[in-house]
Amino acid sequence: MGSPALTEAVYYILLSLTAPLHGYGIMQNVEALSGGRVKLAAGTLYGAISTLLERGWIEALPGGDSRDSRKKEYRITQAGRAVLAAELTRLEELLNNGKRILEG
Amino acid sequence: MRKVIHKLWWAWDFDKEEAWLNKLAAQGLALVSVGFCRYEFEDCTPGEYTFRLQLLENTVPHPESQKYLAFLEETGVEHIGSWLRWVYLRKKTADGGFELFSDNESRIRHLSLVISLLLLLGIANLICGINNVMLFFINRISFSLIGIVNLVIGISCCIGVRRLIVKRRKLKNEQQLFE
Repeated sequence: MGSPALTEAVYYILLSLTAPLHGYGIMQNVEALSGGRVKLAAGTLYGAISTLLERGWIEALPGGDSRDSRKKEYRITQAGRAVLAAELTRLEELLNNGKRILEG
Repeated sequence: MRKVIHKLWWAWDFDKEEAWLNKLAAQGLALVSVGFCRYEFEDCTPGEYTFRLQLLENTVPHPESQKYLAFLEETGVEHIGSWLRWVYLRKKTADGGFELFSDNESRIRHLSLVISLLLLLGIANLICGINNVMLFFINRISFSLIGIVNLVIGISCCIGVRRLIVKRRKLKNEQQLFE
C-alpha cells in the first residue's frame, strides 16, 4: 500500500508553501489556486500548520519574535516536497483510472 | 448605545448561542463583552459582524491560546471576550464569510473537546449530588439543596453530552464518504 491520501487542506497548504507565506497568505493563496472553491477556515488552518510543523513537512522561517505567531512565515521542507510528489503520483493514478474506465 | 442582556446558555447549545448572537448582530446589536449569563451589546450596522464561539484546549491567558488568538487576529478575527475557556470571536462580514472550521475533522475535534469537558463536569456533579443526597438520608440533618442542584446539573450535562454525541456521529458518518 502506498502513502495514504492527503486531505485537501494539507495538499493545498503544502502546495502554497513552495513560496514562503504567513497564515493569512496561505488562506488567500489556497482560495485563489482552487478558483474560490476551497476556503480554509482559520481554526482548521491553525491545526493543520501545527501538525505539519510537528511532522517536519513545513518549517517556520527564522526571524521575528518566536512567541508571536503574528506574521510568522512558513515554508515547505524537503520532506514536505517528497510527500507532495507521492501525492501527485497517487492523484494521477486516480485520475487516469477514472478517465480510462468512464471515458474508455 | 450599550445594552445588557442576561441570559443563560448551556455549553452544549453553543451553536444556538452563536446563532442568537448572529441574529442580534443582523438586527444591529454587536456583542462587545461577555460574563456569566451576561451579554453586553453595542449598536452596529446591521449585519456588520459575524460571530463564532470556540472552546479552547487551554485557559485563555495560556501562551498556546494567546498564540492561536494572535493567529486569528492576523486573519481579521477579533477576540471580543471570554467565559472560562470559551472565546467569543467576531469578523467583519464584508471581509468574507467567517467560519472557524472548514473540514469535518476539525469540527469533530472541537466537538470532542466540548464533550469531554462536559462529561467531566457532569460526572463530578452526579457524584457530589449522590453523595450529598445520601448523606441527607443517612444523617437526616438538613435538607441537601446543594445535592439536588448537583444532581440537576449532572443530569443536564449528560443530556447535553448526548445531544453533542449524536451531532458528532452525524459528522463521522459523513466523513466516511467526504472529507
